[in-house]
Amino acid sequence: MESLEQIRDRLLARFPGATVTLVTNPGVAAEHSLLLDAAHGAELALFLRDDPALQLDYCSNATGVDWPDKEITDVKKTTVPDPAGGAPKVVEEKTKHVEPGCLEAVYHLYSMALRHGPVVIRLRTANRSDQVKLPSLTPVWRSCDFQEREIYDLYGIVFEGHRDLRRLLMWEEFKDHPMRKDYVDPDDYEWEPTPHAAVLERAKAHYPVPPAATPPEAPKP
Amino acid sequence: MSVSDLSSFTPSSGPTVRAVKDPFHGDLLEVSMGPQHPSTHGVFRMVVTLDGEVVVKLKPVFGYLHRNHEKIAENTTYLGSMPYTDRLDYLCSMTTNWAYALAVEKLAGQAVPDRAQYLRVILAEMTRLVNHSCLVGFLFNDLGTSFTPLLYAFREREKILDLFEALSGSRMMCNFQRFGGCRVDPTPEWLAAASRLVDNYPRFLDEYETMLTANEIMLARTQGIGILDAKLAVNAGITGPCLRASGYNYDLRKVDGYGFYPRFDFKVPLGAHGDTYDRYMMRILEMRESVKILQQAFRDLPGGPVMDPKAKIRGFRPKAGEAYGRIESPKGELGFYLISDGTPNPYRYRVRPPSLINLTLLEEMCLGHTIADSVVILGSVDIVLGEVDR
Repeated sequence: MESLEQIRDRLLARFPGATVTLVTNPGVAAEHSLLLDAAHGAELALFLRDDPALQLDYCSNATGVDWPDKEITDVKKTTVPDPAGGAPKVVEEKTKHVEPGCLEAVYHLYSMALRHGPVVIRLRTANRSDQVKLPSLTPVWRSCDFQEREIYDLYGIVFEGHRDLRRLLMWEEFKDHPMRKDYVDPDDYEWEPTPHAAVLERAKAHYPVPPAATPPEAPKP
Repeated sequence: MSVSDLSSFTPSSGPTVRAVKDPFHGDLLEVSMGPQHPSTHGVFRMVVTLDGEVVVKLKPVFGYLHRNHEKIAENTTYLGSMPYTDRLDYLCSMTTNWAYALAVEKLAGQAVPDRAQYLRVILAEMTRLVNHSCLVGFLFNDLGTSFTPLLYAFREREKILDLFEALSGSRMMCNFQRFGGCRVDPTPEWLAAASRLVDNYPRFLDEYETMLTANEIMLARTQGIGILDAKLAVNAGITGPCLRASGYNYDLRKVDGYGFYPRFDFKVPLGAHGDTYDRYMMRILEMRESVKILQQAFRDLPGGPVMDPKAKIRGFRPKAGEAYGRIESPKGELGFYLISDGTPNPYRYRVRPPSLINLTLLEEMCLGHTIADSVVILGSVDIVLGEVDR
């Protein structure tokens, strides 16, 4: 199989308007991946499937990854000369900036016909709140059907062009996306008569006033 | 539901569907099969639209066993989710363990000693025997034989599960593989008993096949039913015996050659028609190949440690990066996708469940068949809900 650089160059030559970036994997496995731009995602994927040298006819795995906003502290060092004539002082100036997060869809492609792979492709949304649309690759590979529904369900990526985008595992009325890193569990604490330790803290937060014990009614004469 | 609601419905493949707009056939009936229906193999539900007895639309509904396995795994250490992988495919915990161990070993660059590799092959193929024997039994349950073939399968299964219990301490939730090897070394007595069991297994298969393979009801109910087109199956990511029953040769034991499979001499059986009968036959033939692999493994099993001495159990933190490891589990391609950020917990842990993805074409396979046949087709796909819903 061609190297990912060659695949990237061929994609860029074939689709001049698209951007394809090589994402390196620093780990031992060294499975690098191609980051496709969302606007051209579907046509690039179709090319990867139908190109005779690649024939990536099988999408094994499609999944989502959540990358929350990251607060990064930049340290800027400046050397200030000492007016008294001593050694110059190093002043550290700390600034914080927020690196915007994104939701990512990762696809592992293999070729069953030529028996090679994997080629890992990624698509990223613009942010995690209101621009969460990505092109659906289900028209290219049917195997993404349930998997994209699962990503939509658990991560909240909206796949445009999916013919039946409904929640897969959670129920329809469910509001949040549980696999996101900032998901908060529902506080479904149930009253228990002898709360202790961490449960006690939670009980206090949940029931500021514990349910009053109701005395048994006196039997009526 | 009325006929007009189905006007947008176009079957993308599969057998011809009767004209649903024909006023002669009257109204359609929508039936919700499951999640408590016994023939759905757990808590699977399908919403079936019927024209008389014939399926014109089928929508699977998932999630009744969903516990967000992936989130739980992201909140625990790498080793912490090893026992939890047992609960994915609770019939084949040895292979789910192996798939997870394989992915983590790929992520961390961990070597596995030879003896452990052989042991893994032995345990995985014994698991395949368990799974396929039971699947055939369940398939006959779906055909209406009410437990008799299944109990023959369970008799053999118990013998293998006894061995698993002797080795790992648990019949089904084995929790046996570790990153860099296996948990314990089997005793010579265990190996002798396992080898004896494997040598006797073809006799059971012959007995099983005498009763089942040429059974008249079986032939009438399964041949030409639920035909799966190979090209469509590849596109829909169908793997395992279902894909090979359609005649497409793709077995990860041969393609990826993971573990020590390239050292074994075995064939990949292929079907010709892709119908339910071929999917049944595929399981029987794969069991015969598994017996061959097992006999070679017992013959060639080397000595040495079962655990890499450099393997880290406590404080295991793989370098930042990601890896996707996959194996040929009895149900199809089972993969684990892991992203590490250098902490003791995985940043992302994903299970690629073969049972779920093999259901992608369930609707196509069932269209135009009767509802009784759709039960048999579902039975031949081989799903386990612990893995479908995760």
